[in-house]
Parts: sequence; structure tokens; C-alpha cells
Amino acid sequence: MLHFPQWKVILVLGVVIGGIIFALPNLFARSTMESMPAWLPHHQVNLGLDLQGGAHLLYQLDENEMVEDWLNKLRDDVRETLRKDRISYTDLTQNLADRSVSVRIREGTDYDKAYDELRKLSVPVGGTFALSGVRNMDVSRSGDNGIVLKATDAGLTQRMNSAIQASIETIRRRVDAFGTTEPSIQRQGRNRVLVQVPGISDVERLKKLIGETGKLEFRLVDAGASAQQVVESKQVPIDDDLLYSKGTPPVPYVIKKQVLVSGENLVDAQPGFDQRTGEPIVTFRFDATGAKRFARVTQENVGLPFAIVLDGKVISAPVIREPILGGSGQISGSFTVPEASDLAVTLRSGALPAKLTVIEERTVGASLGADSIAAGKKATGLGLLLVVLFMFAAYGLFGLFANIALVINIALIFGVLSLIGSTLTLPGIAGIVLTMGIAVDANVLINERIREEMRAGKSPVAAIEAGYRRAMSTIIDSNVTTLISTLVLFWLGSGPVRGFAVTLTIGILASMFTAVTVTRLMVSYWLRWTRPQLIPI
Amino acid sequence: MFRGIHFIPADTKIGFVRLRTISWVISALLTVVPLLLVWKVGLNFGIDFQGGTLMEIQTKESVADLADIRAKVHGLNLGEVQVQEFGAPNDVLIRIAAQPTEKEQQDSITKVKQVLGDQVDYRRVEVVGPTVSSELIAGGTVAVVVAMIAILIYIWFRFEWQFAVAAIASLVHDVTGTIGLYSALQLEFNLSSIAALLTIIGYSLNDKVVIFDRVRENLRKYRKMPLTELLDLSINETLSRTVLTHVTTFLAMMPFVIVGGEAIHGFALAMCWGIVIGAYSSIYVAAPLQLILGVRRDGGMAAAPAKPKAQARARA
Repeated sequence: MLHFPQWKVILVLGVVIGGIIFALPNLFARSTMESMPAWLPHHQVNLGLDLQGGAHLLYQLDENEMVEDWLNKLRDDVRETLRKDRISYTDLTQNLADRSVSVRIREGTDYDKAYDELRKLSVPVGGTFALSGVRNMDVSRSGDNGIVLKATDAGLTQRMNSAIQASIETIRRRVDAFGTTEPSIQRQGRNRVLVQVPGISDVERLKKLIGETGKLEFRLVDAGASAQQVVESKQVPIDDDLLYSKGTPPVPYVIKKQVLVSGENLVDAQPGFDQRTGEPIVTFRFDATGAKRFARVTQENVGLPFAIVLDGKVISAPVIREPILGGSGQISGSFTVPEASDLAVTLRSGALPAKLTVIEERTVGASLGADSIAAGKKATGLGLLLVVLFMFAAYGLFGLFANIALVINIALIFGVLSLIGSTLTLPGIAGIVLTMGIAVDANVLINERIREEMRAGKSPVAAIEAGYRRAMSTIIDSNVTTLISTLVLFWLGSGPVRGFAVTLTIGILASMFTAVTVTRLMVSYWLRWTRPQLIPI
Repeated sequence: MFRGIHFIPADTKIGFVRLRTISWVISALLTVVPLLLVWKVGLNFGIDFQGGTLMEIQTKESVADLADIRAKVHGLNLGEVQVQEFGAPNDVLIRIAAQPTEKEQQDSITKVKQVLGDQVDYRRVEVVGPTVSSELIAGGTVAVVVAMIAILIYIWFRFEWQFAVAAIASLVHDVTGTIGLYSALQLEFNLSSIAALLTIIGYSLNDKVVIFDRVRENLRKYRKMPLTELLDLSINETLSRTVLTHVTTFLAMMPFVIVGGEAIHGFALAMCWGIVIGAYSSIYVAAPLQLILGVRRDGGMAAAPAKPKAQARARA
């Protein structure tokens, strides 16, 4: 046990030195590291949001809204299909709870044809279900000439997947506008997106920017209806919507349901200033389709007011003075400068497929993060000092060996954290401290065994050999149980708690190496050099 | 050369298991009293499990005007609101009860920020909506149960079922004892408390395994020794290690309680308590339980479950 072949010595020293080299960058300021030569490792441990400050926002996509949108569109498709084939129908309804659209065909002679045509609306689902032949909806007959189109689970999942994917991209474009470093935007679970932005101070503005659905529509104002009358009678004409402006008090408008041009046809939006009034505006440009449609609509409706509607709120309702043929225009709506710039970002980044709601928010200010780092450093330093003093008091020279191994252990934790790019959180620092206790425990076990063997009258070499050998199975057993609960913690936890599990796991694994192998190497050389008659333990 | 202070003499012969009547009473109290506390006083659930909003603010002036802040926040009619000093005189913690919907939850922050204005530094804002809090409760419970089952299986696999049952029973003792501390001191019970519980489970078990290991070794070594004596011998042989190890971990963790800052204070305190209660349960719960369950000798001969009288006679 105490004999180390040369290659093993080199391997052990290599790991120790490697660990220290990778840990070293953490001792310097980030700016100092950047001026170092490139061949040196200069990855530093990433600090968690609780240490460097930042925002953690968990968003949930509204599944009901998504399904509703889908059913609305499906209903329009059914109507379109049946009209095209001149099949007369009745009772075209959608059922949100059942996730289905149903229709009744008037003439029995059309029934088979209608069924065949509507079946074409259902398409095979791609992705993991591609080969199984699963379709995005089931089309079935129901009594009395009825046809039901019902969304399948696979179809919904596929829709959710693409909605989440689109949301992530939209959010990324919006967060990027803030210019912060390394924001992280990830999917979580079925219908959630986790947004983490380090070092951000204006969280309210971030939330506002992400939370805006950003659905822009150009629609005509129904000049034939008086908004005042509609508000009073609560009778909205069938082809119209009653919408309000965003200001206070909100002004009601009666607006046609038909969308002339929508935000999907925008290619660019920029904040700017009106040349005449100097007020902040947003200028935009349409793509070819949008430009063509906008030109036609404005030509047909000169002199009439149209409304720019964002997420169901009227931003402005100007009168079309002349046809707008160039495919570009401007939105004014008594904005402040930041409002105009945020609106431009929202429009440029595209609309979210459905509304996102914050279901969990954790933000830490930079000052608290700095305080936590300072407190963590102080507590760790003090803890280390106490452990080192106590170990030396309890075991003398062998305590010193354990202490050296302990310092190497901490260096290895930082080395591995820097290498794998893991994140250090405040509980993570507590994990390092707990590791100190567990790491020296291995040495306590070994040293106690050596004492026992000495009392049993064994020679120094034999006692040390036996001490290491017999303590080993205990060390493994006791560490495995701690690792089990740590892995559960990793699997359960998020953010800070997961950071604790990570450092503790790395620390325990590293301690098996430092507390056992590294101290044994030290003891082996000490034995060879001093050839003691008695072990000072 | 300095050979270290032998804090615990090598040849202690303390009758830990022999005096088990007393320790049973203490262990029972340590298990039942916390349950009574939780039942009567309850736990101070944090927003992780209850949902709600938590804001930590720092005022520009050196002492925060708690009454003023309280009045302003109460004026918003957000339901139950707590305003308290947090660590420093100009640090204030505001807790707002869960709101009916996620949106109202979000609006509560905006409203508080409006009434308090820019004159304060918002050091921390946490909002946990109803969806997430119920998931966290389920997740936390599952984690503790899964960890216990995984450990039960591991110990069963490595030792005998009696060891595994004794280990789990003493872990239940540690967990209830720690939850009792949370209730008695009204420490906030949140996600990091679950982390503390899981860590205490892992760490406390670490200790039991060391003693079990020695029991198993001694069972092979002393085939004729009565179980009571054998258990006491094993505990005494490992006593020095048990004490030293807990002292070092305690020393490492203690500074976090004192200078680690408010954010981690509760977690560190629970850990320190867990270290103490874990040491106690290794000696006074796990070992005597083995006596009752009757650990098996190597030869496959099952020791009769707890016949203290017969063993006392044998010793005499």
C-alpha cells in the first residue's frame, strides 16, 4: 500500500498540479486575467445569479390560449374547405375543453365527400412521431351527418414544441436589445421558458419587454358605428370589435374584425422622431407582400381612419390622407423615448406565439451579491482556519498531512468548477465548507485506525498500511451514502440549491483522492526519509 | 514530535446501549416534541412553498423607518404583509402573501416599487406563483422520500436489513428533530431547508455507516459476545472518530452561522443542529435499534430479538 511506482507518483502530482493551475485564475481579477498570455488557462468559476446579481424569470406559455388559437384557425380552414367545394353545412362550432371542432353537413349526398376533404386537413406529425404515422388530429364521423376534428396529444405536443421554440427565439432577440452579457434562455419542461440575465438592474423594463406579446395589426375603424353608442348599448356589430386605446382614460374605438396587414409582414422597425412635431415615433417597413397589401388598402380607403392595434390595444387611429405605396410608415402614439425604442424592439423581434406569464421570479441586486461573496469568503476562511488548527491539535504531523490534502482538495474543487464551467452559488460555498468536514473525516478514520493498530502492537509501517487499508471500505461506504442524497438534491434542485449539490459532489469525489491517495503519498515519502521507530500519532 | 492531543481516551467503556432506557426517553422526546411543535405552532413556510412575494430592500438612511414602510405597503391592500428588519438596521424584508393569480402576484411588486420609490435599493425580489409553489412542495417531499429509499436499498445491499431499518428509523428521528428546530425558532422553511434536510440525511448516515461497519467487523471477531456488549464495544471503539469528525464539520460550518450573512443563516444553523442530532442518533438510536431488531451473526444464526435479561445474566 505504501509503495508507489514512479508512474503513479507522477500521475498523482500531475492531477494535483493540474487542479491548482486550473484553480489559479480565480485568485485574480477578471481584468488581470485578460491581459495574461492566451496559453494559460483563464476560465474562472461562473458566479451564480445570487452572487453576481441578476434576474431569474420563469415564464409559462398559456396552453389554453394556444389551443384556442389553433381551433379558431381550424374552424376557418373547415369553413374555407367546405365553401370551396360548395358543400352546405351547419352547426360549425369549436369546443375548447374537448379540443375539437365539429360541423354538420346538410345534405347526406355530400357527407362522404366532405369527410374526405376534411380528412386532408389532418397532417402527419413530424419529429419523434414521424415514423409512427400519428397525425396532428383525428377526423371522425359522428351521428346525423356530423364530422368531428379533434386535436391529438401528439399534435398538441408538436404545436407546443414549435411555440416554445419560437418564443425562445423571440425572447432572445428582445433580451439581446439590452446588451447584457451572457443571458441564458432555456426551455423547461413542456410549456416553460427560463430566462436568466446576469447583472441586469432594470428588471421591470426587462419583464415588460419580454411579456408583451407584440401582435401588431392594421385594421379599419368602422366609420359607420359610433363608439359612444356601442359602449352604452353594449351591442357590438357582428363584424367589429370594441377596443380601447392604451392611454388613460382609455378611448373606445369600434374596429373591423378583418386584419388588413399584420406584424408578420414587418421586416424592420426603428425608433425615431417625427420631423414636424419632434415627438418620438417608430418607423417600420413591410416586406413585399405587406407593402403590396398596404398600398391596395390605403388606396381603397383614402379619407377613412384606420387603427394600429398592438395586443388588442389601439395605439393610434390616424386618417389615411393619401395612399401609402412605398411600403413603409410610422406609428406615433405619444410615446416617451424609451417606450418608442422598446416598441421598436418588440415589433422587430416578432410576436410571441401566445401569452407568456411569469410564474417565478428571483432577482438579486448587485450590492447583495457582493455582500454575499464577502460573507462567504469570510466564513469559508474562518471555517478552514478552525478545521486546520483542530486537525493539527488532534493528530500533530498526521493532522498536517490532512491539512495539506484539504487545501489541495479545495483547489481541485475550484479547478474542476472552472474547467466544466459550472456555477458557484452561495449554497455552493456552503457545500465547499461541508466538503472540508467530509474530507478530513476520511483522515480522521484513517488516523484513528492507525492509532488502533499501533495499540495492537504493530510496527509503524504495518500500522499505517493496515490503517489505510481497513479505513478504505468505511470511507467508500460513508461517502456513497452522502453522494446518494447529493444526487437527489441535484435532480430536484434548481439554481442555488443545485450549486450546492454540484460543489458537494465534486468535493466528495475529490476528497477520495486527496484525503486518501495524496496523504498516503506524503506519508510514504515521510516514512522513507525519516524511518521512524514510532509514529507520532 | 507532537503526536496530537488524544481528546477521547482510547479505552472508554461507556455503556451507551446498556443505559438505553434513558436514551429511549430522550429519543422519543426528540421525535415527539417536534411533531407537537409543528402541529401546535406550525412551520414558518417561506414563499417557495406558500407562494407570495418577498422583497429585501436597503434604505439610504442608516436606520430604516419600519413604521413608515409598513404603513405604505399596508395601504396597498395586498392581504397579509410582513415588514421586518433583516440583519442590518437599514435592511428591511417585506413579505406579501400569495395573490390569487400570477398576474396580481406580478402587479404586487410594481405597486410596492411605486410607493417606495427610488429612494431604496431593491436588493432581492422573489416571486413564487401558485403553480410553482405547489410543484416545489411535491418536489421537496419526493426528494426526501426518494433519498431515504435509495439509502435504505444501499444499506440493505451492503449490510443486513436490520442495519437498513435502524438507519432509516434514526434518519426519521434526525429529520423530525431538525424540522422541530425550524418550528421552535420559526426559521423560514424553504427550498434550502430541503437541501439542509437532505444533507443532514446524507451526513448523519455517513456516521451510522461507520459504526455499522465496526459492528459487522466485531460480529465476526467476537462470536460469543452478547449483543449489548458488542454494540457498546463498537461504539466505544469508534467514539474518538465520531467526536472528532463532528467537531471538525461543526467548526467548519459554525462561521457560516455567525458571519455568513442572512441569506444562508437558516441553512447553516440547521446544518449545525443536524450535525449534533446526527451524532446523537448514531449512538443512541441506530445502535440500540439493532439490538431490538436483532442483527444476524455471520453464521446465519439469528440473534434473538432483545432479551436484555438473558444477556445481563450471561454477563454476570
